[in-house]
Amino acid sequence: MTKRQITVSVDRLRRKRPSEDGPPRRLPADERSCPRCQSHYRAEEMRRNMRVCATCGHHFAVSARERVDQLAEGGPWVELWPELRASDPLQFVDLQPYPDRVEKAETGGSAEAIVCGELEVRGHRCVAAVMDFSFLGGSMGAVVGEKLVRACDRCVDKGLPLVIVTASGGARMQEGVLALMQMAKTVVAFEAMQDAELPTVVVLAHPTTGGVWASFASLGDVTYAEPGALIAFSGPRVIEQTTRETLPDDFGRAETQLAKGQIDSVVDRRDLTGRIAKVLAILDRPTGVDPPPAVTWATMRAERAAEVAKNLPDLSRRLVARAKSRLPGDEEDGA
Amino acid sequence: MSVAARRGGRFVRRLAHRLTGQPETSAAIWETIQLARHQDRPYPLDYIARLWPEFEELHGDRLFGDDPAIVAGIGRGVGGPVAVIGHQKGRDTAERTYRNFGMPGPEGYRKAMRVMALADKLDLPVITLIDTPGAFPGSGAEERGQGGAIARSMQAMLRLRVPEIAVVIGEGSSGGALALCVADRVIMLENSTYSVISPEGGAAILWRDAAKAREAAMAFQPTAANCYRWGIADAVVPEPPGGAHRDHDEAARLLGGYLTRALRDLRAQSPGERRRQRRDRYRRIGAYRELPAGDPAAIAAGRLDATTNGTPSPTAPGSG
Repeated sequence: MTKRQITVSVDRLRRKRPSEDGPPRRLPADERSCPRCQSHYRAEEMRRNMRVCATCGHHFAVSARERVDQLAEGGPWVELWPELRASDPLQFVDLQPYPDRVEKAETGGSAEAIVCGELEVRGHRCVAAVMDFSFLGGSMGAVVGEKLVRACDRCVDKGLPLVIVTASGGARMQEGVLALMQMAKTVVAFEAMQDAELPTVVVLAHPTTGGVWASFASLGDVTYAEPGALIAFSGPRVIEQTTRETLPDDFGRAETQLAKGQIDSVVDRRDLTGRIAKVLAILDRPTGVDPPPAVTWATMRAERAAEVAKNLPDLSRRLVARAKSRLPGDEEDGA
Repeated sequence: MSVAARRGGRFVRRLAHRLTGQPETSAAIWETIQLARHQDRPYPLDYIARLWPEFEELHGDRLFGDDPAIVAGIGRGVGGPVAVIGHQKGRDTAERTYRNFGMPGPEGYRKAMRVMALADKLDLPVITLIDTPGAFPGSGAEERGQGGAIARSMQAMLRLRVPEIAVVIGEGSSGGALALCVADRVIMLENSTYSVISPEGGAAILWRDAAKAREAAMAFQPTAANCYRWGIADAVVPEPPGGAHRDHDEAARLLGGYLTRALRDLRAQSPGERRRQRRDRYRRIGAYRELPAGDPAAIAAGRLDATTNGTPSPTAPGSG
C-alpha cells in the first residue's frame, strides 16, 4: 500500500487571525480561503459552490463570465459586443497611464468591466449584463455605458427582459466627465425598457457603489442583493472622513438596505438563478410575434353594444305588443 | 462656436480664444477651479434675484423634510414664467452650515423632482443652476436612498415635456451635479468646472493623497472649454472680466441673454421632439474603441489589442 503524501501549507496558519472588531471586508484573503471563517476550498469546490463558502455562507467575488455561466446553469450563451474596448479620451495619467491600466486589466480575463450575453435562465430567454469588479474595480466608463444601451436596445428589438448583475466602485475616473455622463446614458437606456414595457431585474453584488448605484442599479423593476453586499452612493471611508461619523459594521450592507426599504430582497447566490427565473416566469409573455387579439374590456363592451342594437327593435316590438295587449283590459296583470 | 460665444457681447474674443486655442496649462486650470469656488461668486439666489424678480421659493419634498442645499421655486422674468432649481452654497460659516456647503441629500433631489413635476403640469420651462462639490456623503442620506434619488432625478429630467436648460454656474462635481444636469441644453459659465469628482476627491482615490489635487485637476481637465470640446457643454457663456464674482449684475445679464435665446429655440420644438433629442444627446456621449471583427475567440478572451491585431477604429467622443 502506497502512502499518499499530503502537502500542507503553513502560510494560512501563520496568517494573523481576524480581530473580532475589525470589519471583515478589510481582511487579506486569497480567492479560495474564506475571510470570515477561514475555511479553505479547492478551485473545483469553489466553482461548484458558486463561490459561496459552504460553512458560513460568505459570498466571494465572481467573474462576469462565470456569473453568466451560473445564470445559464451551464447552458449555452452568446457573448454580445466583446469587441468594445476602452479608449483614453483625456490622455489620463495618474500614478500610471490609463492605457497601461486597461492593458493590465485586460490580461486578467475580462475585456471590460461588463460582459453582456443572451441566454436562457431556466427556459426564459433574456439579455444579461454582468459587471466584473476585478476589471478596474468594475468602474463604469464609456464601454459599460455603450454596452448597457445596446443591451437595452436588443431587449426592445426582441422583446426580451434584461437581467443585470452589478459590482462596481462607480464611474471610471480615468475617463473624467465622460464617465460621469455614462450615468445619464444608462438611465436613457432604461427609458427604452420603460417605453417598451419590458422588465428589468437588477442584482446588486458586492460592492455596488457610487455612480452605478446612483444610476441604473437603483432603477430596476425588481432589485435583489447578495448577502453582505455593500450598497451605497458614498463608501464608508468617504463618509467617515467627511462627517467624522463612526459607522456601524453593517452600514450599507444588503441586509441594512433591505430594512431601510431600498431593495426588494436579499438572495443567496445559490438561490439566485431560481429567483430570477421565477420573476421572469411571472412576467413572461410571447415574444417575436404580436400577441393574439385579446378579449379586452373594450371589445367586450363593443360586442355587448352590438348585441343590444341587434335585439333592440325586437325587444321594442315585444314591449309595444305587450303594452298594446294590456290596453283593452287588465286581464294579464295577474298572470 | 457656441451661440453664446458668437453673440455674447464684448467678451467674445477672449472666450473664443479660450475655446479654440491651445489646451490650458495646469496653472490656468487650477485658477479656474479657484474661480469656480470663489466665495463671492454668484449663487443661484443671486441669479434668481436678478433674472426672476418675481420668485416664490418652494420648500420640502413632502416625504421627509426640506433640504436647504437646494433651492427650488417658480418665478417670472427671463423666459416668462419658469421653474428654477439650484444648488445653494453659503457665504458665511453659519449659512454654509445651514446650506450644508451645497451638498444635497435625497430630500433635496426629491424636492427638485417635486418642483419638476409641478413645472411639467403647468408648462413652465425648467432652469437648473448647478454648483455643488457633490451629493452629501452621510449615513442618513444613504439610508434614505441617496443613490436612488439621484437616479430618479435624472429619470425625471429625461421625461419632462417642458424645455430644460441646465447651467453649471460654479463647480459641478459627481452625481450630485449630474442629477440636475440632464437637460435639453447644458451650458457652462466661462469659469465653471464640471467633473466626475472634485480634484481633492480624485487625488485621494487615484493618488492616495488629497494634497495632489493640482495633479488631479490637470488630469481631469474639468474646465468649461474642455467640456465644450467634448460635447458635454453645448455652449459657454462669458463672464465679466476677472470672473463672475466681480460683477454679479453683469454675470446675470450675460446669462439671461443666453437663456432667453435658448428658450426661444427650445419652445419651437414639440415636447416629443425635445424629449427624443434630449435622450439622443446623452446616448451619444462616450469614447470607446471597437476592435475589428476578427477571431471571435481571441476577442472573447481579451487577447486582441491594437498592437497585435491591426488598428482599432477609434470612435470619436460624442458630439452631443
